[in-house]
Amino acid sequence: MIEWIHLEFMKNALAAGMMLSVVLAVVSCFVVLRRFSFIGVGVAHSAFGGVALGALLGISPTLSAIVFAVAVANAIGVVGNQKRLSADTAIGIFFSLAMALGVIFIGMSNSYNVDLFGYLFGNILAITHQDLRVIALLGGLVLVSIWIFFKEFMFVAFDSEVAHVSGIPVRFLDHFFLSILSLTVVISMKVVGIILVSALLVIPGAAAAQITDRYVPMFAVAVAVALVSTVGGLWISYYANLASGATIVTLASLLFFISFGIGKLKK
Amino acid sequence: MTVAALQSSGPPDPSTPDISPDAQLLVDMSDVWVKFDGKWVLKSIYLKCFQGEILGIVGPNGGGKSTLLKVVLGLIQPDKGAARLFGQKPGKQSRLNVGYLPQVSHAERSFPVTVLDVVLMGLYQQLGIFSRVRTAHRQKALEQLDRVGMKEHAAKPFGKLSGGQQQRVQIARALVSSPRLLVLDEPSTGVDSVGQEDFYELLASLRDNQRISVIMVSHDIGVVTTYADRVACLNREIHYHGDTGPWAETDAYQKVFGKNLKVMVHDARCISCMMRHAHHD
Ligand SMILES: Nc1ncnc2c1ncn2[C@@H]1O[C@H](COP(=O)(O)OP(=O)(O)O)[C@@H](O)[C@H]1O
Ligand SMILES: [Mg+2]
Repeated sequence: MIEWIHLEFMKNALAAGMMLSVVLAVVSCFVVLRRFSFIGVGVAHSAFGGVALGALLGISPTLSAIVFAVAVANAIGVVGNQKRLSADTAIGIFFSLAMALGVIFIGMSNSYNVDLFGYLFGNILAITHQDLRVIALLGGLVLVSIWIFFKEFMFVAFDSEVAHVSGIPVRFLDHFFLSILSLTVVISMKVVGIILVSALLVIPGAAAAQITDRYVPMFAVAVAVALVSTVGGLWISYYANLASGATIVTLASLLFFISFGIGKLKK
Repeated sequence: MTVAALQSSGPPDPSTPDISPDAQLLVDMSDVWVKFDGKWVLKSIYLKCFQGEILGIVGPNGGGKSTLLKVVLGLIQPDKGAARLFGQKPGKQSRLNVGYLPQVSHAERSFPVTVLDVVLMGLYQQLGIFSRVRTAHRQKALEQLDRVGMKEHAAKPFGKLSGGQQQRVQIARALVSSPRLLVLDEPSTGVDSVGQEDFYELLASLRDNQRISVIMVSHDIGVVTTYADRVACLNREIHYHGDTGPWAETDAYQKVFGKNLKVMVHDARCISCMMRHAHHD
């Protein structure tokens, strides 16, 4: 039962999945701690508008998705900070707008040379060596950024008001985090798809939070949850002939419920 | 300041307190107005805080005390008027060196940090981006935990503490960066009656030895009159802003604060303000 690993496309999918697991897990911990889950969903869906824009303009969908998602994430950050508008409202509006624009862009570009379905739901058959290099580079950038600002991100997530008063640049850090969250979404599109990546921006961190009360174990458990879901999900999807992204997310959700149960028992 | 003086100048009293003119002005609010949902919560607030003084703020619930502190700290922008902190717009200056204890912490109980981690956060701004926490910093944080009687809990998860204990840890975090200004929103919730005297003596010694200023919101009139150098009584407007000290019951007093009030404690100024509020509701 190991011949699947030797398939060329599976090798690429596994390599991509494992790198992404680490990045998604670390980002998801901050998404959970900063209570940005809904923003994660919004930013992930807005990447769709970027992919469609790339198809319309005939440029790299990855590139256009990065620009688009980073722009939407920061717009949510700015508008959501207004006194008169709750962040949830801002997210809801921007994320539907981005999706709507995506649909319009697709309609305008009658070229079907971009596999939109693959971007929406993931297509592990399509992962190239070039994709692996992009994932390694941008994923590395995300992890290094988090490493640099780790203690500041923790303080802001813990209590943003007190962090602000003590002179931590809270707004800058929020925008910066939303930007690297956008990068994470974009590099995850091909493996899990835009629709399902938002789940992986939350579940590993949420699962880990159930059973840990220190941050180092939390990050470790989150990475483990993401790795098991991705590798296990790819394996099951291959043998059971299921959609890989959906299998990964289902497995991750299962792990969440298990750790939720364990967390309850411990209390 | 006496009642007579108060009467002659009339409330609200934006005047400069009896502090030597060269004392450094840390906080200066002038004609600050704040509204929420179309309702004024702060009206024409004039308030000053000088270096090396403890300023007590008392007043009824919903009187705008927490809001006032947030304006001072730059967390809320006033709708009218301006606050200056160290002579600058609050929140604009890079190294504030302010220690803040919020009344309600936004921290979630399940947040995966230890008590020591929380105190260390108070040092992050001074540490800067690339430096990591070292033994010397931990030592400093432990000293502050010791000051608030929480040292033996240093390794515990923060979420496992009681509300009062969490507040003491947050006081330690506010103290750890050796701030020039401490802003404390109802610290008496966390300091129980046993530790109370020690805590306020600590504030007094910080003021005397390090010339730290403290702005402290409190429900406890006794504490404010004992430890604060000056007091401001706030119920959307400032009703009294002046020295603490013995207070004479006179007609003037009733003119300012209303007729049918009873003097309940030795310093009735703020009690009266609360009662006045109660009558209005
Ligand atoms: N963010 C906010 N949004 C709307 N109303 C608020 C907000 N903060 C405070 N208020 C209102 O302002 C008033 C003053 O609140 P606060 O400053 O917390 O009073 P205090 O600290 O004296 O009890 C209250 O009526 C409160 O409901
Ligand atoms: Mg309050």
